Amino acid sequence: MSGYLVDIKNERLSFFTPAGEVKSLNDVSLHVKEKEVLGIVGESGSGKSVTAYSLMGLTAYPGRLIGGTLEFDGKRIDQMTEKEMRKIRGNEISIIFQDPMTSLNPVYTIGNQIAEAVLLHTDKTRAQAAERAKELLTLVGINEPEKRLKQYPHELSGGMRQRVMIAIALACEPKLLIADEPTTALDVTIQAQILELMMDLKEKLGMAIIMITHDLGVVANMCDRIAVMYAGKVVESGTTDDIFYRPGHEYTKGLLRSIPKLNEKEHNRLIPIEGSPVDMLNPPAGCPFAPRCKSCMKICLREMPEYTDLSDTHYSACWLHQKAEFAAARKHPAGIDAQKAGQE
Amino acid sequence: MAKLSFQLNADDFLPASASEKESLVVMRESVGFWKDGFRRLKRNKIAMVSLVVVILVLFISFVIPQFYPYTYEQQIRGSENLAPMQYSQTELTTMETGGKVFPHILGTDNLGRDYAIRVMMGSRVSLVVGIIASVLILFIGSLYGSIAGYFGGWVDLVMMRIVDMIYTVPDILIIILLSVAMDQPLKALAVKPGFQWIQVVGVNLISIFVVFALLYWVGMARIVRSQILILKEQEYVTAAKALGASSGRIIRKHLLKNCIGTLIVTTTLQIPSSIFTESFLSFLGLGVNAPMPSLGSLASAALNGMNSYPYRLFAPALAISLIILSFNLLGDGLRDAFDPKLKD
Repeated sequence: MSGYLVDIKNERLSFFTPAGEVKSLNDVSLHVKEKEVLGIVGESGSGKSVTAYSLMGLTAYPGRLIGGTLEFDGKRIDQMTEKEMRKIRGNEISIIFQDPMTSLNPVYTIGNQIAEAVLLHTDKTRAQAAERAKELLTLVGINEPEKRLKQYPHELSGGMRQRVMIAIALACEPKLLIADEPTTALDVTIQAQILELMMDLKEKLGMAIIMITHDLGVVANMCDRIAVMYAGKVVESGTTDDIFYRPGHEYTKGLLRSIPKLNEKEHNRLIPIEGSPVDMLNPPAGCPFAPRCKSCMKICLREMPEYTDLSDTHYSACWLHQKAEFAAARKHPAGIDAQKAGQE
Repeated sequence: MAKLSFQLNADDFLPASASEKESLVVMRESVGFWKDGFRRLKRNKIAMVSLVVVILVLFISFVIPQFYPYTYEQQIRGSENLAPMQYSQTELTTMETGGKVFPHILGTDNLGRDYAIRVMMGSRVSLVVGIIASVLILFIGSLYGSIAGYFGGWVDLVMMRIVDMIYTVPDILIIILLSVAMDQPLKALAVKPGFQWIQVVGVNLISIFVVFALLYWVGMARIVRSQILILKEQEYVTAAKALGASSGRIIRKHLLKNCIGTLIVTTTLQIPSSIFTESFLSFLGLGVNAPMPSLGSLASAALNGMNSYPYRLFAPALAISLIILSFNLLGDGLRDAFDPKLKD
């Protein structure tokens, strides 16, 4: 209806733990267009994976969706029954997990596990599924596929296993591929190969990808658009250029300051973001980043800022934008100074 | 140095051809779960000896009685209470006239039945009871345990409290009550067409099976549940869910197959304990119906003439000990071979 492949609006999700309600997602809105790569970045516990899992209806106990709408390809995912959901999982939406070491069942051969994915969603025969498994292995760049099909996961290296995971995810040519930190468990050279493979396959098969990561380098290379999450909220969203060259939110700026740059002449110290994330059991009334923000104002502690459109594709939730607008309207010199200070 | 150079052959330093290299490229065969387990088992001498004993016992109790010249219920007039290898008067006259008489290896009992065949048939009955009871326990226990473990939460709580309750029920009392209560209805049922087999098996034996099916699976259910609780947190279970597999499929294909080692071992160790329970019940007179023997009822009958015919007690007692010991040792060997936690 909205024209987007994925359209999440005001999603709220909580985990009801013995310690209390952990508000993992607070009002998350996201969208993915067809054949687009969206990167979701943020630190641990910011809700990146929870968002992705909820999109597949795999929220782990005791988590529960308590508000908002999730739409995939015009269908409301949040209203689907378990049975309808099963038809979508693996078929239209697939996921690649972080650790390829544990995501494959140790007692089945590779061929068996790829064929299972094919058999679950098509009415192919076993022989046809085995044939398809071979095709898929060739597609993800594994040589001697016949031999590999008969091997067990423990006989493959990490990079190969991740390729197998990708082959399984692509078995039914999904419209959307969710990659949950697909390269975190791999070493750097293999990381590059896997990312290259994913981009290559995206071109070939024409699917959309949601890339969940905390590696900004990965995002910069791969993604069309980026959503920055902090404490269960999307604090800023825009095209890759918007985020890297015109960051609007103080948290995004902090993130960019904390990555090493090759072009700096002196060995400057990296600037980390001080402090630690908020306690999700008692999220603050105002901006969750306020306690760590250098330009924190009084209003930040009281109220959550609305989104401000910085351009057609770029928006961010920060009181500093409002302050700048306010100051510009008043033509108050002090306000402009503050705005400059805020943007530095 | 100069001397060495004379020993070298210039041909050895020519580049090797592809076909020559081929012979050195030997891909190691992939070793699966079963192959690996059996390889370990083969190295375990005690387990291999018990395996041979188990096969021998199975052969003696299932194959030999088919060719044996006497049957277990056949009463030979005049041959009552013979000692091992002793012949009766009539048999001696047949032999003198040129006829052939098969020796009574273990003598005969007070009704003139060949004791050797009765011990063999007794082992057959005991083994059948042990194996059927263990299979019943395996099915009920693993189904119950895996459902409780997989669904967790309230389902688990309620199901495991039922198990706790069953644990407290005194089993002997239930067997006695059941065989009394089921006696009349089963006898009535046995007359009807299609239910004649009840007569053959015997009401007492059926009540033993019912008791095993009702009470003895709880241990298996607890073991399977604890395994499933660990296994369901594995990432490949989430991966299977993300592929759209149903709960039944995940339990069957992924979880139970991963605890198959435990299942094999527990079942193998369950067989001797079931045989023991059956022998014990038969000894009390609650087991199989006469004239069908079981090791327990043979021992019980032999108790009356223990001073005059001690070998009648020794033979079934030795058979019970041998069967139970070899199954237990084989079970231990299987555990060492198939339990991944015990691998070196």
